[in-house]
Amino acid sequence: MTDRSAGDEVRADGGESRPGNAGHDEWLDALADGDGYALVCPDGHGSLPPRRVCPDCGSTALSREPLPETGTVETFSVVHVPSPEFADDAPYVSAIAEFGPVRLTGVLRGVEPELDAVAVGRSVGAGVEERATDGKPLVVFRPVADDA
Amino acid sequence: MTEARVAGVGLTHFGSHPDRTGRDLFATAALRALDDAGVPRGDVEELNYGNFMGALAEHQGHQAPLMAEAAGLDCPATRYEEACASAGVAVREAVRTVRAGDADVVLAGGMERMTNLPTDEVTEALAIAADDLFEVRAGVTFPGAYALMASAYFDAYGGSRRDLAHVASKNHENALPNEYAQYRREVSVEDALSAPPVAEPLHLYDACPITDGASALVIVSEEYAETHDVDAPVAVTGTGQGTDRMALADRDHLARTPAADDAAAAAYADAGVEAADVDVAEVHDCFTIAEVLAVESLGFFAPGEGIRAARDGVTTADGDLPVNLSGGLKAKGHPVGATGGSQIAELTRLLRGDHPNSEHVADAEVGVAHNAGGTVASAVVHVLEVAE
Ligand SMILES: [Zn+2]
Repeated sequence: MTDRSAGDEVRADGGESRPGNAGHDEWLDALADGDGYALVCPDGHGSLPPRRVCPDCGSTALSREPLPETGTVETFSVVHVPSPEFADDAPYVSAIAEFGPVRLTGVLRGVEPELDAVAVGRSVGAGVEERATDGKPLVVFRPVADDA
Repeated sequence: MTEARVAGVGLTHFGSHPDRTGRDLFATAALRALDDAGVPRGDVEELNYGNFMGALAEHQGHQAPLMAEAAGLDCPATRYEEACASAGVAVREAVRTVRAGDADVVLAGGMERMTNLPTDEVTEALAIAADDLFEVRAGVTFPGAYALMASAYFDAYGGSRRDLAHVASKNHENALPNEYAQYRREVSVEDALSAPPVAEPLHLYDACPITDGASALVIVSEEYAETHDVDAPVAVTGTGQGTDRMALADRDHLARTPAADDAAAAAYADAGVEAADVDVAEVHDCFTIAEVLAVESLGFFAPGEGIRAARDGVTTADGDLPVNLSGGLKAKGHPVGATGGSQIAELTRLLRGDHPNSEHVADAEVGVAHNAGGTVASAVVHVLEVAE
């Protein structure tokens, strides 16, 4: 069970650290450490934190389940016109990949930013790397060898 | 339940008006709508106003009282925000208010000011319609999100950039005679194919422009129209809204728009019509692929078959079911918070017979407007009919 009452408690650091996005920040840290997870309800619906209820069925019994090491690209785009935060990242490959009970959205690195260099069905791993523009954390996919 | 009628429509020119304030744009549309309706300003009982990014573009929140004042209205005013569907929901609530008997006259519409910002800031502003934590921070732009849908569509059903280029070319041709349109110039299929990429597979002419503009409608009860001798020949007979998961990655299908399916089903049931009864449609083609998804959600084509509609000539001006005779968002322009009202204004003109493209739908009796927010996490569909 996830600790869904964390946000109601007095912060251990006395609230002195920079405000963030509780739940999401921890999830991103876990993904960076290779411990990415999904929240899963008893019916198997997956979602990403922060969540208090399953968005599919309303169950509040959400447990953390580790993400599979390998995901599958479901769709992708080569972005040439970025927002200012991604000015130095462009062109880059934006992608959605399925990892077990959830899909993740991120940037696919380790391939040329060209349509022909990517294909739906490609196997990828997920982690966290720095945005080229400002060093902020970014969900990144990298190709892994396809299962034989 | 009383019937809601469109008594008048008003639009500004859609285009680049970097020095015109939002209040001036909306006042222009509102005064034109009241003049078109022949309804005195003092009879307006509520203002429903759509706007998306005014806090970013004009550093102006709390816009509804400002717009009421600008239009010379003395009545309760409320701003509606549902990204690019903001005016759609504003009109929907106007229809529901009139039907409920809570008001006889509601002014509904919207305004967006965009070209005063540099392009990268507009890109950033539009992106806030997506999930900030899981999409925007992960590199998803507004065109990028629709590009993800286009790639998923091609993978699921087939189709090509050339099919999409026919959508762009069709809508640019439709905009040629429209005095309110931002781009009144032809774009050939080859022009569209050779344009620079924005977010592949989408290129420059797959995308709607950045636009300033405003729309306004005077929605009245049937009884008000009769007792005040107001000419209001077009009725809003159906309204429906749908909501989906915010992030594209969380949708059941990456190449479908279930919120629009739901909105269409509700609007058709409300009006007592079916997809096959529809004679003309204005749909939310913020990108060419969006028109494809829209005509499928509206039930005109099965999933996977809408991609050929423009290329096969079904949805062209001379086709069986003309789509976006106004020029659509693609060529007429897309002042985000005004678009939903503009679509209904254009459809009303088409059905009344006073639109420059009315000749293509001279016998039309049923029209549909489809307005979407974000990557269709929000959708609003309205059915308009020529009243007996
Ligand atoms: Zn569930």
